[in-house]
Amino acid sequence: MNKKLYTLMTLLVAAALILSACGPKASKVEVFSWWTGGGEAAGLEAMIKVFNEKYPNIEFINAAVAGGAGTNARAVLATRLQAGDPPDSWQGHAGQELIGTYVAGNQIKPLNDLYQSEGWLSVMPQTLIPLISDNGNIYSVPVNIHRANVLWYNPAVLEANGVSVPTTMDEWFAAMDTLQAAGVTPLALGEQWTKMHLMETVLLGTLGPDKYNGLWTGATDWGSPEVTKALENFQKVLTYANSDSASLSWQDAAKLVIDGDAAFNVMGDWAEGYFRELGKTPKTDYGWAPVPGSVGVFQFLSDSFVLAVGAPDEEAAIAWLKVAGSKEGQEAFNPVKGSICARTDCDKALFGEYLQSAMDDWASNVVVGSLTHGVVANDSWKTEIDTALGLFVQNGDLAAFQNALVAACKNSGPCK
Amino acid sequence: MSRDKDRYLSILLISPSILAVLIFIYGFIGWSVRVSLSEWKGLNPDYTWAGLKNYINLFSDPRFHVDIRNTLIFTGVFVAGSILVGFFLAVMLDQGLKGEGFFRSLFLFPMAISYIVTGVVWRWLMNPATGDRLSGFNLLFSYLHLDFLINKWHTTENWGIAAIALAAIWQMSGYTMAIYLAGLRSIPDELREAARIDGANELQIYRHIILPLLSPVTLSALIILGHMSLKVFDLIVAVAGKQLPLDVPAIYMWQTTFDGLFYGRGAAIGILLLVSVAMLIIPYIRYTLKTETQQ
Repeated sequence: MNKKLYTLMTLLVAAALILSACGPKASKVEVFSWWTGGGEAAGLEAMIKVFNEKYPNIEFINAAVAGGAGTNARAVLATRLQAGDPPDSWQGHAGQELIGTYVAGNQIKPLNDLYQSEGWLSVMPQTLIPLISDNGNIYSVPVNIHRANVLWYNPAVLEANGVSVPTTMDEWFAAMDTLQAAGVTPLALGEQWTKMHLMETVLLGTLGPDKYNGLWTGATDWGSPEVTKALENFQKVLTYANSDSASLSWQDAAKLVIDGDAAFNVMGDWAEGYFRELGKTPKTDYGWAPVPGSVGVFQFLSDSFVLAVGAPDEEAAIAWLKVAGSKEGQEAFNPVKGSICARTDCDKALFGEYLQSAMDDWASNVVVGSLTHGVVANDSWKTEIDTALGLFVQNGDLAAFQNALVAACKNSGPCK
Repeated sequence: MSRDKDRYLSILLISPSILAVLIFIYGFIGWSVRVSLSEWKGLNPDYTWAGLKNYINLFSDPRFHVDIRNTLIFTGVFVAGSILVGFFLAVMLDQGLKGEGFFRSLFLFPMAISYIVTGVVWRWLMNPATGDRLSGFNLLFSYLHLDFLINKWHTTENWGIAAIALAAIWQMSGYTMAIYLAGLRSIPDELREAARIDGANELQIYRHIILPLLSPVTLSALIILGHMSLKVFDLIVAVAGKQLPLDVPAIYMWQTTFDGLFYGRGAAIGILLLVSVAMLIIPYIRYTLKTETQQ
């Protein structure tokens, strides 16, 4: 008898505890991302703080899954979506990575109304909107912008060898010839994905923004002589790189430039955050320029958030998206993460020297999207390009590479 | 009567695990086979019948050719290396030296570590940087003035996968040693003594007495190591990430399924892996069951 009473009491206490824990929060929003470390996680925390101040009644559930560039997180997300258990909102690279996968799978909702009501159409660049839309529907809220086509260099190494910063492909090759003759490694390169990153910037630098955009819409023929020329340039650029690239992460490769072991490195502008972490000074320890041939073009990528079809709490999810797209939210997130706002009205004083120059370019340049970071090609297409690139790096067969790229566009892209 | 009752009870008691195995192993194998015969590409399931298309495409896929070649090199180096090193260590320990227990644990220890840890450490050891940035083994060779040994390890053209097998040998040769040691201890001393009386030298004893008696142990080692090397994934990813020169079927399967959303192709690779492992395991299991019932 006594024992039964005791059990009942325990259950009651437990129930009371659970109820009181849920008590004050009316609803909750589960947001899925791969921001688990460094400036990314800290930036997310800063944005969550803004969210909690604005919506104290909504509990924020941070469902982050670790793993670089989100490959693990995306596998987990795919499993949850197939099981009909979507989070309210999740992170994804803005553009085709989201559209080709989740819009095609009918898993996310258009956000045109939200863009109208929040006035985002007038504060985000006009060239950005088509890149995150499909059939006139806008599908995600970009919180930050990174630039992919940045050439980082070591000013001291260039000066010591009498080389000026190149602005065209030919100038770049001439500069790297000089450096190579002087015994300096001209270009620092890392593992396979950084080679794809280099390839997309060389494609852009050789073809120019219009033809480059055409690659992704089917307007530029992958089998054309211009593309052959661009791929030849890429092949030539690879010959200037360090021999141990396959064993280096992007940080290792960027560090070669900082340490004076190499002259150039092509990497997105998250490298700048890394240089700052190492305690380096802009313009003296490292310099930057657009990748040769792409002056006046901003090749972007962006982390963005979406609204799930069948979100457990759609209202809370929209509240989160409002914060993610707001000036306040983006100003909290970006200086910590080391990126610029997707909005063009953020306070410049919050940012460092490099990011200020990126903000100017973002507002004035022609905007094109990145391949490696999910803007211009869907996931299937991108992995096929990645495989073709890997085989090319291994066997150096340019014709086979171009054929594989043509086939990839037919199988998984818009080419017929 | 009570025997029948026991029988029913035992069936009842193991039925949950039988059911779980049926659903979660054989059910999902069946489902994977079905997916591998479908057109499924993208996030949503698409069971449109594709016949053997995914399999046929794989055999003309240059990346899959790289995978098969890498798997064969890895398996060859890893299995042969582990067996040779393991056998050598077992014979040394069998000589009744002092502190045998210590050395036994020492050699077995790497097995207690996960492949990820091994991979991270060997990534440092096998650093292929040159010039001022030498490190790991290459730096050691340079200190010892053995510069001709300095090499590119896993970034060596075409043969890099063999360097990964070195790390795997380090990890698994202790285990091979343990099973050989058990085998050696089970050989009665009388046999060696008889051979010695007949005038055999130590080498002949190993060649004609010990090795033949150890052949079941060697077979077990071959099977265990062989099926591990067919499935290798984590070690390679930890050393080199997912890069094509060191690609194997398991990595291709992961990338094409979860990064590229080619579920049909991914399932086909999975089924091919299953079949290749089964070709090793099933004859072995049949053989073991047969010898056990004979005993």
